[in-house]
Amino acid sequence: MNLNYLYSLIVVIVLFLLAYVGVALPGGKTLFGVIIPYLAIITFIVGFCLRVVGWARLPVPFRIPTTCGQQKSLPWIKSANIDNPSTTGGVILRMILEIVFFRSLFRNTKCELKEGDKLSYEWEKWLWMGSLAFHWAFFTVLVRHMRFFLEPVPACLQLLDKLDGFLQIALPGLMLSGAVLLAAVIFLFLRRLWIPHVRYISLASDFFPLFLIMGIAITGILMRYFTKVDIVGIKEFTMGLVTFNFHIPEGVGGLFYTHLFFVSILFAYFPFSKLMHLGGIFMSPTRNLTTNSREKRHANPWNYPVKVHTYQQYEDEFREKMVEAGLPVEKMPEPEPPEEPVAPEEPEDSEEKE
Amino acid sequence: MSDVPTPEELLSSIEPKPSATGWMDTPVEIKKGMYCYASNPKSVEYVGLPYPRQWNPKDDDWQLPENWQEIISKGFRERLDRFRSVKIFMDICVRCGACADKCHFFIGSGDPKNMPVLRAELLRSVYRNDFTTVGKIIGSIGKNFKKVIGARELTLDVLKEWWYYLFQCSECRRCSVFCPYGIYTAEITIFGRELLNLIGLNIDWVATPVSNCYRTGNHLGIQPHAYKDMMDFFTDDIEDITGVRVDPSFNRKGAEILFITPSGDVFADPGTFTCMGYMMLFHFLQEKYGFDITWSTYASEGGNFGFFTSHETMKRLNAKMYAEAKRLGVKWILGGECGHMWRIVHQYMDTMNGPADFLEEPVSPITGTKFENAKATKMVHIAEFMADLIKHDKLDLDPSRNDHLRVTYHDSCNTSRVMGLLEEPRYVIENVCNNFYEMPVNCIREQTFCCGSGSGLNAGENMELRMQGGLPRANAVKYVHEKHDVNMLACICAIDRAALTTSMEYWVPEVEVTGLTEMVSNALILPGERERDMNLRSEELPGMEGDDAE
Repeated sequence: MNLNYLYSLIVVIVLFLLAYVGVALPGGKTLFGVIIPYLAIITFIVGFCLRVVGWARLPVPFRIPTTCGQQKSLPWIKSANIDNPSTTGGVILRMILEIVFFRSLFRNTKCELKEGDKLSYEWEKWLWMGSLAFHWAFFTVLVRHMRFFLEPVPACLQLLDKLDGFLQIALPGLMLSGAVLLAAVIFLFLRRLWIPHVRYISLASDFFPLFLIMGIAITGILMRYFTKVDIVGIKEFTMGLVTFNFHIPEGVGGLFYTHLFFVSILFAYFPFSKLMHLGGIFMSPTRNLTTNSREKRHANPWNYPVKVHTYQQYEDEFREKMVEAGLPVEKMPEPEPPEEPVAPEEPEDSEEKE
Repeated sequence: MSDVPTPEELLSSIEPKPSATGWMDTPVEIKKGMYCYASNPKSVEYVGLPYPRQWNPKDDDWQLPENWQEIISKGFRERLDRFRSVKIFMDICVRCGACADKCHFFIGSGDPKNMPVLRAELLRSVYRNDFTTVGKIIGSIGKNFKKVIGARELTLDVLKEWWYYLFQCSECRRCSVFCPYGIYTAEITIFGRELLNLIGLNIDWVATPVSNCYRTGNHLGIQPHAYKDMMDFFTDDIEDITGVRVDPSFNRKGAEILFITPSGDVFADPGTFTCMGYMMLFHFLQEKYGFDITWSTYASEGGNFGFFTSHETMKRLNAKMYAEAKRLGVKWILGGECGHMWRIVHQYMDTMNGPADFLEEPVSPITGTKFENAKATKMVHIAEFMADLIKHDKLDLDPSRNDHLRVTYHDSCNTSRVMGLLEEPRYVIENVCNNFYEMPVNCIREQTFCCGSGSGLNAGENMELRMQGGLPRANAVKYVHEKHDVNMLACICAIDRAALTTSMEYWVPEVEVTGLTEMVSNALILPGERERDMNLRSEELPGMEGDDAE
């Protein structure tokens, strides 16, 4: 039984305790409130850039996109310009659909053997919906948090807050994104645990970010709706981080620092993990290239000459047999039997055509 | 096929769930019926590939070179630096599992290591251990930590596992259609097999065709005079059936077009009927429109098993196509029905062996259509070519000759997911027969299933594997057979023609396999032909029997 999730859970609990207890120690607030967040964000930015630049520097020797629709060929056949893009515009659309709406995942099917001998394929939308909800909610939460780092808060963020809280229930008003984020991340976790094959392939590094994000969402929700943390104090603090004018607020508890610590860990962990799919998806050669490789030559920067078996070598080996079979040859065999009228100089080309 | 389980046994042996033991703790067991024989050292030696030797996958000792780990490690590093694809696919998989039940080998066996994600993890685990910072740091803490993050050392057992499972992937790339990042397991398999070749671990069903192709121009090792003999034989058959004598030309300089098709088509039924189909089609076009085409015995292979060996070997074999086109002075190349040949022509050939500036942009001499989509590579697919002819009403067709057929169409993995050649063959089929039925949507077009024997796995000794892999395709055929009484499975790939024939005999014995051009030429009215009462298989046509019909 795959218990990798336990290791991840334990690590996240230890991280929680570390922060919760740590801030209470002398200097703890500076460490968890200032030093670690700075280190984390620097690690994230530098690490992310290095990874992406590292990929970008690698050659793409061959044009290998996966085609998921009709090619562009004869003018009267309608081609699928998004799923089989022969133009850059098509590629951009394909990438937008992929990155923003997870188009490939949308195709997901579930295969089952029914009645012992019938394979059936069903549209499996849950993974697509779960991950779309997760990513969109996470994105919204992230953007919403920009209000802590900007003064005055731009109108678009205020609008987002309004949209996010349109349900107008609870006080302070329930932000949909936070709730969806937590629900989706729990779904993704349970799915990993319940589906036998997915559990079988899951590593601790698959569970760790899920628990971490769960921790971030839970601490955030607790602060907002239950312990009702001092927002004004936090804004002073976060603005201090942005302006390098540090200010450690009073009366902000361990929960806040835990939240911040989890976020810091997530940022710092990001460049070293599978979370880099955020950057990688833009560079996936099966998606981001045009499919017109017969129309336009693609160059391989490291193409090198190879040893081939030339026609000359081929004919040298088989010349006699070829002549005997009446196949044209470049060079007639040495006339060993002094004379023979077998010279079928067939390559007297271009006389009968046109 | 005596050792092969019956279809019922095979179906009931599909593992519904993975075992409780983790995959890293489950050592590979090399099972009979699931693997192909090791490569013949003579073949490896002929093409100058490394470490030719006699070895047996069943033995404990694979006679590896002393420093095999070093060779693999160096090869791994080199390829990470040469292929962005490999590096990205190593780095970004999130193990969501969407690819799992997309693989025909997984569906047919239930073996979790045949899930594309896990097949890739077999290599990725070594990548994590040897090439990532986190893997190195965590690995240095202790062995158990390694396992938790999915890293492991490259041991002999791991190597054997690579070999076993990398030759249980047919590189069909169906999983890459569903992967949210487009991770292309075929690319990982290609890369992994390339590593294995560095230490002489290939299968004979790949290595010997490669060496044959290098020497004689085709995988089957048919020498030029024998090639012509076989074609002469078809010429006689065609004359018996139609009363018309066709006259194909070989290695003819100054022809307008060079025709290249897989050698499987001149070798074994039912591919031979497709070959006869090409010969009749070209004869028809020559008689009516002065079409000028030549075959080549030197470039007598469209397929390229070098692709299942390494990128370099692929390039070495493929070089013949352009070299021959240049030598003969043709204007462009027409390619026959083949799967992986078209993957290479479409995505690799021009890059590897181009630019083909000695050729001209392909134009159909009959319709004047410019094949703009092939203007750089200068090679046109026969389905594109025939669809254009039919659209311009240039073929005299009598589809009723195919009335006894109830046809469905199998998209070959390569032409569908590498090119997107989906409508052309369908258009042709609909014009040459009257009963055409599609299989269910999840099994056709870009979601088509592999025949189960692609990428060099079409051997005899791994029949159980092939029948497992063939299950999803056969099951869909069975569905249309039961629903619409389908009795003919059309395809445009030489390996399909061989592999699906076996798979149909096993899973749906009522259904036969045909190439596209065979159907076309059965419907094609040749100038001066006698009344056709037989098809290309020399079977009597129902309703058109001669006097001596039963």
